[in-house]
Amino acid sequence: MKLPIYLDYSATTPVDPRVAEKMCNCLTMGQNFGNPASRSHQFGWEADDAVKNARKQVADLINADSKEIVWTSGATESNNLAIKGIAHFYHKKGKHIITCKTEHKAVLDTCRQLEREGFEVTYLDPEANGLVDLKKLESAIREDTILVSLMHVNNEIGVVLDIEAVGELTRSKGIILHVDAAQSAGKVPIDLKKMKVDLMSFSAHKIYGPKGMGALYVRRKPRVRLEAQMHGGGHERGMRSGTLATHQIVGMGEAFAIAKAEMATENERLHTLRNRLYDGIKDMEEIYLNGDEESRIAGNLNVSFNFVEGESLIMALKDVAVSSGSACTSASLEPSYVLRAIGRNDELAHSSIRFSIGRFTTEEDIDYSIKLIRDKVEKLRDLSPLWEMYKDGIDLSKIQWAAH
Amino acid sequence: MSIYFDHNAATPLDERVLDEMLPFMRAHYANPSSIHSQGRVARNAINIAREQVAELVNAHPSQVIFTSGGTEANNLAIKGSLRGMGLSALTCSAIEHPSIRDVVRYFDGTVPNSELPVDSSGYIVKDALIEICQKEKQLLVSMMLANNETGTVQNILELTQVARSQGHFVHTDAVQAIGKMPVDFVKLGVHLMTISAHKFYGPKGIGALIYDKSIDVEPIVHGGGQEKNLRSGTENVAGIVGFGKAASLAGSNLEKNQKHLANLQRYFEERLRQLPSIVLFAANANRLVNTTFFSVPGIVGEALLMRLDECGVALTSGSACASKSDKPSHVLMAMGVDEQVAKSAIRVSFGLKNTKVEIDNFFSVLVLQLNLLGLLNAES
Repeated sequence: MKLPIYLDYSATTPVDPRVAEKMCNCLTMGQNFGNPASRSHQFGWEADDAVKNARKQVADLINADSKEIVWTSGATESNNLAIKGIAHFYHKKGKHIITCKTEHKAVLDTCRQLEREGFEVTYLDPEANGLVDLKKLESAIREDTILVSLMHVNNEIGVVLDIEAVGELTRSKGIILHVDAAQSAGKVPIDLKKMKVDLMSFSAHKIYGPKGMGALYVRRKPRVRLEAQMHGGGHERGMRSGTLATHQIVGMGEAFAIAKAEMATENERLHTLRNRLYDGIKDMEEIYLNGDEESRIAGNLNVSFNFVEGESLIMALKDVAVSSGSACTSASLEPSYVLRAIGRNDELAHSSIRFSIGRFTTEEDIDYSIKLIRDKVEKLRDLSPLWEMYKDGIDLSKIQWAAH
Repeated sequence: MSIYFDHNAATPLDERVLDEMLPFMRAHYANPSSIHSQGRVARNAINIAREQVAELVNAHPSQVIFTSGGTEANNLAIKGSLRGMGLSALTCSAIEHPSIRDVVRYFDGTVPNSELPVDSSGYIVKDALIEICQKEKQLLVSMMLANNETGTVQNILELTQVARSQGHFVHTDAVQAIGKMPVDFVKLGVHLMTISAHKFYGPKGIGALIYDKSIDVEPIVHGGGQEKNLRSGTENVAGIVGFGKAASLAGSNLEKNQKHLANLQRYFEERLRQLPSIVLFAANANRLVNTTFFSVPGIVGEALLMRLDECGVALTSGSACASKSDKPSHVLMAMGVDEQVAKSAIRVSFGLKNTKVEIDNFFSVLVLQLNLLGLLNAES
């Protein structure tokens, strides 16, 4: 077993060795290093072929057509392109957008930007299990609603939304549906022939591909149009300009192909490991599972350890790399807005740890982590006056704290 | 035989750069925003790369915003400063890359915009700049440092002074200049500058906007707030590390590389001039040491390129980003070149691994093909 143990696969993943090998074939002299936009020589055509192949690999995982894939620099850019692209193209039809409070920052901040531009955004409250209630979604829809943007799998609590049902609703109302699938691709089956999703965002580095690479699925039938957010050169059928990074694209393609081939068996293994981890800690006092127990991806476990401050626990668990929530917001000391939105109080939101298990996690890793977690949580609680008061039977919620 | 003379479109990654990148895919793969120790390893690597990139162009590391490439940096420079500063007008030269011209034109109908003419050598007409600078209230001028097709190097310092003296702002696209000439952000006096790694033996998919702190740049990609809120999205750590290494190699080997490229160019152009009726574009301009843009009137450029490709020689008729279209180069048209001459244009751009032997081989192939096309018969 190698220390530290990495249990932060939702933040990012290592590049799979098979992916890295394919990427290395597209970089140096004597290899496939050309600019895929070069039309006048073999170097360009070979690069273009590699890009085409990767486009098919990505499309295959989600049962889409290659022509529906637009390459981007990552899921953040995909989310920006989808939401702003739709808003800017269809603004004459209406200026209302619906999303949820537990979306990734890339969706929320993009919506805030659109609010500054004069759009109106409804931020739905999720249920206590972390999922959006379809009836509430339906009642939020207005005459001027042009877009619904909801995530497939939540990055912090791993809950899986029934996208197929959402798609039925939005399509019946003639509203465009965008789904952020950064955390679901390769973990949950996606069939875009069945799901009535119009736009879907993907990231490579969440499923063992390279960082700085993503894609946006843009449906052709019925056709969805968007305004480009990056201009120049007219790459990607005018939707996203910029030299295509062959190695990055090839890496994403290979990562998606591997995910397609191995998802079923991998999920079973992850599920067993996740349950092993949860079984190993769930008898501890005052711990709370965050998010729906059933409808969640195999690799995610998000738990609040009451009376333990999340950041302190992360530091104490030096040998195990975990996070208190999203990496993108981890620099701030604010409690997770996702946990706050599902109704957790500040204390519990502050004491959460996200364990995310992945392709290279072993049983030994899990067993070692269980021991370490139990030991460190106990130590931190021993130092906590609040824990002592709790153990003495004092109801902390009734205490009037004096300000100093 | 395989000869690659298209380095302005893309350069192969330097093996030393690849060696630096690989550990950040496999071993140090954590998210730089994660607070655990592995996350901090990635964060430190980004910091080092930022210093390397800053040093190459004589900027402060805090002035470097990493982007997904030159196109994004150009978009950010123009849209970001326009919105952040509330500028009243935009102008760019007529020979800019599409990622500038298309962005400027995107504002048609909302922000007054125009293009600056160039002379027959590809130099921006200074009087035109003076005129627009006097007319507009607060202007962003975008002028590329070195042109990707002709290689013409603008006298940016002089042009920048014109704009600055009237209180306007200047962006320069320096993508093609890096690694081929000294680029000093401070000395150039510009407010914003775009660079891209894959034009100087770094990886594709990573670039940067260098910005002066007097400019309020508004982000064009929103989200997690990376890059001090100016560019959200999980950082492409391996790409950034590769960018840094490529920058440090480009900086420390600049003189040596320039000399090598200039030798190749001189040798090539001497041989080129021996061919009858060749037109060398921007012949007397101060050009990049690796770029030669010429025409063999009477042939269709694309047809010749295909024949050359079959013989293993990779060249282009102009920018890769515009190579899908059959239109003649907008750069040559702006320089007032005859359309037929422009349609038979061929660009040669050398790289560090090219040799004189390759140039000899190239000319053997070229002469053979021109003979087959019946173009040299009269003279031979």
